Amino acid sequence: MGWRLIRIYTILVYLFMFLPIAVVVLLSFNANQFGSFPMTGLSTRWFEVLWNNDAIMRAFRTSITLGLMTAVISTVLGVLASLALVRYKIPGRNLITTLLIAPILVPEVVLAVALLLFLNFLDIGKSFTLLLAGHVIFTLPFVILVVQARLVSIKRDVEEAALSLGASPMQTFFAITLPLLMPAVAAGGLFAFTISFDDITGTLFWKPGGIETVPTQIFSMLRNSISPEINALGTVMIVLTVGLPLIGAAIARSLATRSGA
Amino acid sequence: MSAVSLSNIVKRFGDYTAVHQMSLEIEEGSFVTLLGPSGCGKTTTLRMIAGLLDPTEGEIAIKGKRVNDVPIHKRNLGLVFQNYALFPHKTVAENVAFGLNYRNVPKDEARRKVAAALELVQLPDLGARYPKELSGGQQQRIALARAIVIEPDVLLLDEPLSALDANLREDMRVELKRIQQSIGVTTVFVTHDQTEALAMSDQIIVMSEGRVEQVGAPEEVYNTPATEFVAKFLGASNLLSARCADMAGGDIALELPGFPKIAIPRDRAPRVSGPGPVRLVIRAEKLHLKAEGTPADGLLSVDAVVENVDYQGQSARYFVRVGDHQMQAINMIEDHPFATGAKVSLQFRARDCAALPVESPS
Repeated sequence: MGWRLIRIYTILVYLFMFLPIAVVVLLSFNANQFGSFPMTGLSTRWFEVLWNNDAIMRAFRTSITLGLMTAVISTVLGVLASLALVRYKIPGRNLITTLLIAPILVPEVVLAVALLLFLNFLDIGKSFTLLLAGHVIFTLPFVILVVQARLVSIKRDVEEAALSLGASPMQTFFAITLPLLMPAVAAGGLFAFTISFDDITGTLFWKPGGIETVPTQIFSMLRNSISPEINALGTVMIVLTVGLPLIGAAIARSLATRSGA
Repeated sequence: MSAVSLSNIVKRFGDYTAVHQMSLEIEEGSFVTLLGPSGCGKTTTLRMIAGLLDPTEGEIAIKGKRVNDVPIHKRNLGLVFQNYALFPHKTVAENVAFGLNYRNVPKDEARRKVAAALELVQLPDLGARYPKELSGGQQQRIALARAIVIEPDVLLLDEPLSALDANLREDMRVELKRIQQSIGVTTVFVTHDQTEALAMSDQIIVMSEGRVEQVGAPEEVYNTPATEFVAKFLGASNLLSARCADMAGGDIALELPGFPKIAIPRDRAPRVSGPGPVRLVIRAEKLHLKAEGTPADGLLSVDAVVENVDYQGQSARYFVRVGDHQMQAINMIEDHPFATGAKVSLQFRARDCAALPVESPS
């Protein structure tokens, strides 16, 4: 009896969480020109409209570029920071770790305003570079957390063995450490990409005039009307932000199985 | 010219001194063991030879060349770890070939060398496997093959047998010694296990608290311990307070209450300098329990009472009381072990005794 109640309750929670998303996906295939029920037929016309909407395609390209650059920069910085924090005895290591993780703990709005005020103080205007920097600050903690956890599990002995066999520290990093770290690097990069791709709060504060990312584009379109193409855009976003991490996880798992870790 | 030479090596970690003023010459082709309990500085010493730690003071030379400033990857050393440290993402063959990649060895020759190394460790067919598919013993053999394929100047082994289970450890001990002898590589072996040290070494360096206690061949270290620590650490020993009464002539006369006068050869007490208090050392297996009244037959003999018996199948360890002294004896069991409470005659040869100067308690 008790279990049945729990089961029903669980199902309700899941419905509450996923039903709105399902509705968006479903309505994106609605032939009706209003983005609401009842559905009048199945159609992909809103995806075509989306494809032909220059503003949205531009926002899409911006988001992809921003996401990829954020992922690359965050991953490189994250790996370097993790190596320093795990492999070397740095004074104030705990403090540095806390500072690097802090952006997760600080409310995003506060972080966004802070960065903006700071740049105002330095008399530097908004730019794409600033937006990118903001995204890197915001995604770096995730990369560091994932990479650090993995790095701790890679025994120092393995690297020492490589060194003793004649590989320089740099060669050891690329031949041993990095391949063993790869699942975490991939996961960290994916995290960074999806978080950047999704982000709206920080982006609204940091983006220079005339540049829109997909979330900010949707936001501004919503202020005018609820167009069915937003549903289509939402569906594309869901596929990207859910699908990519899943593929990434699958790749990471197969890499990890192969290397026996 | 020594293969490895340490002169006045000191290693400090902050206020803690891990190795005190250590000097050591390791002969080309020899198998040398650093033996001691954990924290005695043996691994620290090995890591300094490897170049994984820098000595605070002193010089390290390999084949006559000072290497203090030579980083580990340019020292041409073979290193084997307790937990194997194979590269999990590389096959066995790739693991073994790893060092050759950095030595400009042509591909064909590299393949031949890898095959020869796998042959030497008796695992010629496992080249395509991944380390996780191998047992612990196999992994350790591969680690050894990987270390020797580069023809290192010195092979450094850091407790390589400690992670293996008991039976396998004995097999690997024999195997390791065979491989070392067949290629004749200078080997420095670190262990806390006296059996391994005694079985494998040409020379044992017993260490305690960052200091060298004794350097010598296994038999020498075992039979003539230079310090109380060595006497206690290797095997089961009895240490008794005695007095050196007389050093005239070739023998040293020792007196201790309840025992007949013991005259031991000079070379059994090289560090005793004159009459006065000394420590008498006798190994547990050199004390023979005989039924009460058995004629001494040229041996020294004292009456004793068995207080406790630790039965071990083929042998037994007896805790016996001789006057005020509690002693232990390990004897093979011929018929039945002596029972607790039995009155026995404890017999031993004078030349199985050794004497040490009394160490000031530190």
